[in-house]
Order: sequence, then structure tokens, then C-alpha cells
Amino acid sequence: MNNRSQTQRFPLWASLYLALTFAVLAIGFYEAMTAPKEATMGNLYRVFFYHFPHTILSFVFPYMNCVAALLFLYWRRRDAQRALKADAFALASAEVTVLYASVGLATGMLWGRAAWGIWWTWDARLTTYLLLWLLYVSYLLVRRLTTGDQKAVFSAVLAIFAAIDIPICFMSIRWWRTQHPAPVFGGGEDSGIDKHMLPAVFWSLAAWALWGAFVLGLRYAIERRRQRISLAENAPQISPSAAPILEVR
Amino acid sequence: MSYFGYVVTHLRKDLQLEWRARELINGMLFFALLVVVVFSLAFDPTAYPTMARQISGGLLWVGLLFASITALNQSWARELHNQVLDAQRLSPAPASALFLGKALANLIFVSFIELVLAPVFAIFYNLHPLGQAWLLLVILPLGTWGLTVNGTFFAALSLRTRNRELLLPLVLCPIAMPALLAMIQATTNVLTGEYEPSLWIKLLVGYDVVFTIACVLLFETVLNAGD
Repeated sequence: MNNRSQTQRFPLWASLYLALTFAVLAIGFYEAMTAPKEATMGNLYRVFFYHFPHTILSFVFPYMNCVAALLFLYWRRRDAQRALKADAFALASAEVTVLYASVGLATGMLWGRAAWGIWWTWDARLTTYLLLWLLYVSYLLVRRLTTGDQKAVFSAVLAIFAAIDIPICFMSIRWWRTQHPAPVFGGGEDSGIDKHMLPAVFWSLAAWALWGAFVLGLRYAIERRRQRISLAENAPQISPSAAPILEVR
Repeated sequence: MSYFGYVVTHLRKDLQLEWRARELINGMLFFALLVVVVFSLAFDPTAYPTMARQISGGLLWVGLLFASITALNQSWARELHNQVLDAQRLSPAPASALFLGKALANLIFVSFIELVLAPVFAIFYNLHPLGQAWLLLVILPLGTWGLTVNGTFFAALSLRTRNRELLLPLVLCPIAMPALLAMIQATTNVLTGEYEPSLWIKLLVGYDVVFTIACVLLFETVLNAGD
């Protein structure tokens, strides 16, 4: 392939972006570690600065996934190249969703174990969050288990259904837990946060958003390259515009 | 023919096929009975009536979920014989009418299972509902529609994949989780009489409406995914 050398280079802007991300991550870490001690939990609460950005962001990536899925379905018959790009982006955003949700769950469980004495409780937020994680793990499993033409359509449709399901899950589980007596643990974070801790929250949020976008972009680039190789292997005699829309393994 | 006419034609065809073969209903019915027996091994329902009331709603729906998953794949696999599905894709009838006809047929099959299973449950688990039992006549069809509309849709989606038997539960269970929660909670509330099930019924209605619209809109994409 003659464009190999061109595609394999890590572009300068990406290096600069990565450097910026590391700088903001460092500031976020510094702010998180130097923020004032929390009144009741002491230093233990600092996991919040990792837990919070990951959980918030893992509700953002699913909607990127949904938009990419809709674009894929729109472009599927109109513009094969764009459809492939949308599919690659959908895959990347779903993987980042699972990654961030896993980190959110793990930090939450560590925190819960330390603060409440238990790893898990079927509280509203925890249950909703677990369902989010399950939805996108099932999405990734579907991508693994299907092949050929069906794969991209199946996963795009599933992505749309999952995105519709998230708010319904959110509401239903809130009702489930408010109808019953209030949960024993985790009465909610509505109590607010001391304003001296706010810089740490914002820097952490910015840092993990930048990092998430970087991982997403990297995964997207890898998936695009895989698509190009698979197109070149399977249909060498046809021009890219006339090649099958989706790769065949 | 009107859109409604197409739906009814598809529905009649599916009912006729099932009437002649009776594969799906017999299979589902026996499977659901087995699930009732297996669950009763876990605890003694007649000795603990309060506990039986609290968990029977969940057991009933889990049994129905498993039973319908076994049948939903088959309901589309029928269409693959003699390239019937391809013929339907060529026909000028709207694709979503095919989907709605089949989803309604599946609703009727699973409702039939429920009509048999609910009395069996009441006898085997010695159940005396403390709430308004007539509400079950609303909850059961709503919950069943929530399962069958998405189940029929995803069964069609996984029809041409290699692992279709494996894929359907993997996809259907996470998507159906809010509906499952609502139907289990509503049924339990009726059985125990502790809370009003109206909120859960509303949630079921909302879930059914939203996902019926999504399925109808996306079905044509799914049907023509192969080309």
C-alpha cells in the first residue's frame, strides 16, 4: 500500500493535544490532592475527583455513539465512505463508554467499601449505572458476535435503542427507590460541595474529558485503518467508491 | 389494501401457521411449566405465603421471559424456508406491517401461555392476591407487549447472524430491563397489596409506546440490512 507511510505517522497536532492532555491531567491530579480535607471522610473523599468525571462523561459518550449510529444509517445508502467513518466512530465511542463506566463503577465500589463498609448496594444511582454498563457491554458483544453486512446495521440499531433506554432506566429506577423507604446508604450528592473543592472538580472533569476524547480518537484511527486494510484485501480490483459498504471477514 | 389490512393479513398468516403446527405454543408452555417447578425447588411456597407473594411476580416474569425468548427466534426462522422472507421484501406491502403482524401474533401466543400459567402459578404457589387482582388483566398484556415488540424486532435483526440463539437474550435483556422492572413491581404490588401499581402501569405504557414507535420506524432498515 502506497499510503502506508502517510497513515502510520502520529500527526503533530495529536502529539500537541496529548501533551496538553497530560498537562491538564497533572493539574487535575495536583488540585485533587491539594484540595481541602473533607469534614467527615478526610482524605478518603479524594476518589470523588476520579469517580465524578468518569461517571458524568460515561453519560456523554453513549449519545455520541447514538449520533454516530444515526449518521451511519443515514449515509449507508448515500455515502459509503462516510458511513464507514460513522461506524468506526460508533465503535470507538461505545468502547470509551464501557471503559469510563467501568472506571466509574470500580472507583465507586472502592469508595463505597471504604465509606459505607460494603462494595455494592442496590441504590438508585448504582443500579442505573450498572444498567448503562450492561447495555454497552451487550453492544460490544454484539459487534463481536456478528459478522459481515449485518454487523454495522445491527449495532447501529442497538445503539439507538440503548440511547432511548438510558433515560427510561434512569426514571424507572428513581421511582423504584423513591416508592420504597429511602435507601440506607448514599442519600444523594445534592448536599453540594465546598467552593474550595470546585477547582479540583473542574480540572479533573476537563482532564478526563480530554483524555477520553484522545482515547476515542486513537481508537477511531485504529478502526479506520482496519477498515481500509480489510477493504483493500477483500476488494482490490474495485475502486473504493464501488467497494462493498461493509467489510467481509 | 389499507395498512391495517396488511397487518391483519400477516397476523392471520402467523396464527394459521401456528394453528397447524402448534410448535411454539407447546414448546413455550412446557418450558414455562418447567420453570415454575424449578423455582419451587428453591423455597417452599406453600409454607411461606408472604414470601411467595413477594417473589412470585418476579418468578412469573422470568419464566415468561425465558419462554418467549425460546419462541421468538423460531417465529422468524419460519420465514426463511423457501425464501419467504425475500418474497415479502419484494412485495409492495409496507415492511412495518409484517413486523406488527408478527409482533401481535407473538403477543397472542405469549398471552395464551400466561392464561394457562397464571392459574397454575396460583395453585402451585398457593397465591391469594391481596391487591386488586383485576389489574393483572392490564399489567400482563402491557408487559407482554413490552417483551414481544422488542423481542420480535431483535429476533428479526439476529435472523441472519451465525449466533442468533445466543444473541437474542444478550440484546433483549438489557434493553427490556426497565420494562421488566415495571412489570415485576406492578405484579408484586398487586399480589402483596402494599403499594398502588399505577405508577408502574404508566411506565409500562410509556415504554411500550416509545419502543413500538422505534421498532416500526427502524424495521425497514433491519429487513433490508443484508444488501
